[in-house]
Amino acid sequence: MSTGTQAKDLVGDGEYKWGFVTDIESDVAPAGLTEDIIRFISAKKNEPEFMLEWRLKAFRAWSKMAAEAGEPDWAHINFNPIDYQAISYYAAPKKKDGPKSLDEVDPELLATFEKLGIPLAERAILAGVAVDAVFDSVSVATTFKEKLAEVGVIFCSFSDAVQNHPELVRKYLGSVVPVADNFFAALNSAVFTDGSFCYIPPGVRCPMELSTYFRINTANTGQFERTLIVADEGAYVSYLEGCTAPRRDENQLHAAVVELVAHEKAQIKYSTVQNWYPGDKEGRGGIYNFVTKRGKCAGAHSKISWTQVETGSSITWKYPSVILQGDDSVGEFYSVAVTNNRQQADTGTKMLHLGKNTSSTIVSKGISAGHGQNSYRGLVYVAPGAEGARNYSQCDSLLIGDQCGAHTFPYIDVRNPTSQVEHEASTSRIGEDQIFYCRQRGLTQEDAVSLIVNGFCKQVFRELPMEFAVEAQKLLSVTLEGAVG
Amino acid sequence: MLLRIHDLHAEIDGKPILRGIDLEVGAGEVHAVMGPNGSGKSTLAQLLAGREVYTVTRGEVTFDGKNLLEMPADLRAREGLFLSFQYPIELPGIANSYFLKAAVNAVRRHRGLSELDAVDFLIAARAKMKLVGLREDFLHRSVNEGFSGGEKKRNEIFQMAMLEPRLAILDETDSGLDVDALRTVAEGVNSLRSPDRAIVVITHYQRLLDYIVPDKTHVLAGGRIVRSGGPDLAREVEERGYGWITGTADSGESVPVAAA
Repeated sequence: MSTGTQAKDLVGDGEYKWGFVTDIESDVAPAGLTEDIIRFISAKKNEPEFMLEWRLKAFRAWSKMAAEAGEPDWAHINFNPIDYQAISYYAAPKKKDGPKSLDEVDPELLATFEKLGIPLAERAILAGVAVDAVFDSVSVATTFKEKLAEVGVIFCSFSDAVQNHPELVRKYLGSVVPVADNFFAALNSAVFTDGSFCYIPPGVRCPMELSTYFRINTANTGQFERTLIVADEGAYVSYLEGCTAPRRDENQLHAAVVELVAHEKAQIKYSTVQNWYPGDKEGRGGIYNFVTKRGKCAGAHSKISWTQVETGSSITWKYPSVILQGDDSVGEFYSVAVTNNRQQADTGTKMLHLGKNTSSTIVSKGISAGHGQNSYRGLVYVAPGAEGARNYSQCDSLLIGDQCGAHTFPYIDVRNPTSQVEHEASTSRIGEDQIFYCRQRGLTQEDAVSLIVNGFCKQVFRELPMEFAVEAQKLLSVTLEGAVG
Repeated sequence: MLLRIHDLHAEIDGKPILRGIDLEVGAGEVHAVMGPNGSGKSTLAQLLAGREVYTVTRGEVTFDGKNLLEMPADLRAREGLFLSFQYPIELPGIANSYFLKAAVNAVRRHRGLSELDAVDFLIAARAKMKLVGLREDFLHRSVNEGFSGGEKKRNEIFQMAMLEPRLAILDETDSGLDVDALRTVAEGVNSLRSPDRAIVVITHYQRLLDYIVPDKTHVLAGGRIVRSGGPDLAREVEERGYGWITGTADSGESVPVAAA
């Protein structure tokens, strides 16, 4: 198949020639997206042929979408056009060989982690958390691998997985989010440079909570993370993802993809706290966060649970979903999304009921302050064969001030008469009388707001692992500082 | 003098409510402020607590010598002014214990005391809850959410006991209470009487004053204190209604207040 010609035609790249035009020794790829760049990334990562083919397939799909329609425009968000040719798609930390232990990690890098409060060193061990820290695009340190290896859990960077477990990667990569799933997923599939991979073998309960911290730290580098988690039959894993990013003046594109696969009787709990730079008060700067997260309950009696706390980014476009394929499988989505100043969030979930007696729960809490715009967008689909499917959805919005907006877009598509779908929604405002009551008891205005907001989010916070719940509460207070009064 | 109100005038949306209040309350004293509906009782309570919807047009208020009107509501609370709400506010999702611990520690920090940790707080809370007959599971429920009228009022007094204010203003604490609850709440309040604490009991009816016997009684009408006296004044109001004091049969309720 004449892949080169095809891509050349699609992107109209007259300069195209086979081979590498980009210096393989370079640590940063030149700006722009071409087949050459894809080949450069794949070569830099020393990938097997199937990966390159897969990336090219994604690139062609993306090029077609870019040429025909561009980014999806159905979400309730506004943003300046993204120049995909102005982005550099690869940047590596200046390190010749990968560090074998923490001692080998650049002290400056560790200092940055320290500042961001990441328990990478001793604290991580005490906390019993395995950290696969990602700095820009290349993993620089991984801990707890041995302990995990004892029970057969594979937890490593995506690059390592491609090198050491190509058969697993080949089997599962794109099995939940196909290369051409959507514009941003296709882009990610073409250019992702690293991420996390996790495989829990049959019957194993992962002995610790897994966590990965993502960072964005190099100017003009889009970050394209890829996460793949597979829980084999009867396995259990809880995965934590937290993000912070240093202050930025320019908008930064982030288009991650997360795929989860749960086999029969397996359970995956995926928790996120996202607090990337949201832009300044006028909305300048801030991260564009276009993320595709999807899990597949492939086997019977499997369960996938998403919990997210979204406080950062100038734009959040994110719908962690569950394909309920196995009979009696369970999908859950618990979300807190906060928009302050000029932040915009369009987030929700899709629960796709295919198997019999599948059930799903959706609890979404949207908080809007300042000029923030917050939309819940959710789909509950019940296929003709999904006998006895059940869904419960609850979408609550809290408004702070009178310049913000809350919107709810529930899509319900039920094709089986034996199913049961419930949807509840509410919108409320923080009452002046509530704040006065708190202040009369000695709490400051900000403490009062923080208290009320945390109460509003309680249903979601209690789904978070303990240390995340504490961080989430603090984050919320910081995010809403000065929102009232 | 702990609380000194002089010639206080206040309005809401341009409508005068208080028209020259003079009141002095010393430490250790219990004062009752009675009055018919619309006399300005609740306005006075809320204004003293720092509610910002009222505009003070004249007069001054000092609390332990400090200008109370300059303080924001939360500072007044930390300085030791407590308001028991006529209609306690619900805070969904916030556990009573969490809320009260935050409040207690905000006050303690202000007073230069060490904060209570979870254990010390629980010990203190258990003891104080007994005063008003609340069970411990009550601590885990959301603040005032789904509480009965009686539970809400008992919760207010429980909070008062924990916060140890220097001045407590009880706004219609008797409303919505049956006789048993009334007695429990009153006993709770009485147990909190102390030489360095002042209590102002605001009520429409005299019955609460059978249990919390005031040192002084004031009758508020038309935004002014029209009569002051001892505990006997309350009983007199009970028997004769407000009309004989306010001078206008229709300015208050013309039926004897005890009828309710």
